[in-house]
Amino acid sequence: MHEMSIALAVVEQVEDAARSGSGDAAEAVRLQVGELAGVVPDALRFCFTLACAGTVLDGAELDIDPVTARARCGPCTTEWDTGMPPQLCCPNCGGATADMVSGRELQIVSVRWADRPAHDRAHVTEER
Amino acid sequence: MCRVVDLQQAVLAKNDRSAQELRDELTARGTVVVNLLSSPGSGKTALLEAELSLARQRGIAVAALTADLATENDATRLARSGAPVKQVLTDGLCHLEAGMLRSHIAGWLPGDTRLLFVENVGNLVCPASYDLGESLRVVLASVTEGEDKPLKYPTAFGLAHLVVVTKQDIAEAAGFDRAAFLAAVQQVNPGVEVVFTSARRGEGLGVLIDHACAVHAGHVPHQPVMARTAGQGHVHHHDGVVHTHS
Ligand SMILES: Nc1nc2c(ncn2[C@@H]2O[C@H](COP(=O)(O)OP(=O)(O)OP(=O)(O)O)[C@@H](O)[C@H]2O)c(=O)[nH]1
Ligand SMILES: [Mg+2]
Ligand SMILES: [Zn+2]
Ligand SMILES: [Zn+2]
Ligand SMILES: [Zn+2]
Repeated sequence: MHEMSIALAVVEQVEDAARSGSGDAAEAVRLQVGELAGVVPDALRFCFTLACAGTVLDGAELDIDPVTARARCGPCTTEWDTGMPPQLCCPNCGGATADMVSGRELQIVSVRWADRPAHDRAHVTEER
Repeated sequence: MCRVVDLQQAVLAKNDRSAQELRDELTARGTVVVNLLSSPGSGKTALLEAELSLARQRGIAVAALTADLATENDATRLARSGAPVKQVLTDGLCHLEAGMLRSHIAGWLPGDTRLLFVENVGNLVCPASYDLGESLRVVLASVTEGEDKPLKYPTAFGLAHLVVVTKQDIAEAAGFDRAAFLAAVQQVNPGVEVVFTSARRGEGLGVLIDHACAVHAGHVPHQPVMARTAGQGHVHHHDGVVHTHS
């Protein structure tokens, strides 16, 4: 399943961050998932739980920020929600040369770590 | 106590990086990769068989790599053309990734190969998300799959450089509505070229070779709207920034 590969890629990158000293145990991972990223959030959540088992993300939450797909027509400057299935021809001039403004994101935004590695102390602002 | 640390990394960054490396490497040695995507059974192997034979007649150095969950049948069919062919069994994975392609190419792909055709696993969902280092991405659909296929799989069709409709010989029997299919394609990928083929009757044959050779000669393929994300200023990298979390 596609979402399993995606979940494994998330886990791999968070583990890399852990190895480079960001933290020891991840409590939550925040992802941006665009409407046109080709990923089903519920399937991803399910796979994420499995992919995290036995890693520094064991039991971590997955917070998904959905991103609406929007396109912008350069020549006439119209900007629109593409919808799903997307309408990528300009609704104003019929032009075929729009750019995506948003909607293709599949991005790890941040990681919430359980505790703080000692060497990072100087840069860290702690929560009370 | 806990901290939220910005990561801002694309989930598929690693695949995207190895794909770009592979593209640069192969381009430098004069090889263009063509990635073929479709549902199971749309006719990728049948079209490719015919295209490989045609390329060999024209004296173009071609090779093909075909990925399936199981069986070597597709490789056996493609090898009849006389071109170098490699079967990749994906061990349950429903798509190819750039790193896999790279390791399968190493030590196998003849140095003088001009066009390498990659038949992806029959699946229109996830192969669309994985750049393989191709310079030409072709999405195929047969006339029996319904005119709204591009709307059901918008990321696959939306990112195609070229769309190929297969099995044109049975279009009439299938009641295929060409205008409706074209409208659906144009909605998700305005301006993309659509070519109608029949591996059985030879219609449209040469479409893959011609487009791939044009790219090899420096022609820039169609740029799909969905792939044009220049406006995404918020996808930036600033690792290691630490915020307070409450
Ligand atoms: N009538 C007709 N049948 C075709 C044509 N091309 C392929 N077929 C038939 O469609 C079936 C599937 O063709 P393949 O070439 O194996 O399709 P594929 O996309 O490679 O399939 P997978 O690798 O399993 O995803 C076979 O029975 C082919 O004989 C065509 O142009 N016309
Ligand atoms: Mg096949
Ligand atoms: Zn899948
Ligand atoms: Zn416009
Ligand atoms: Zn897959």
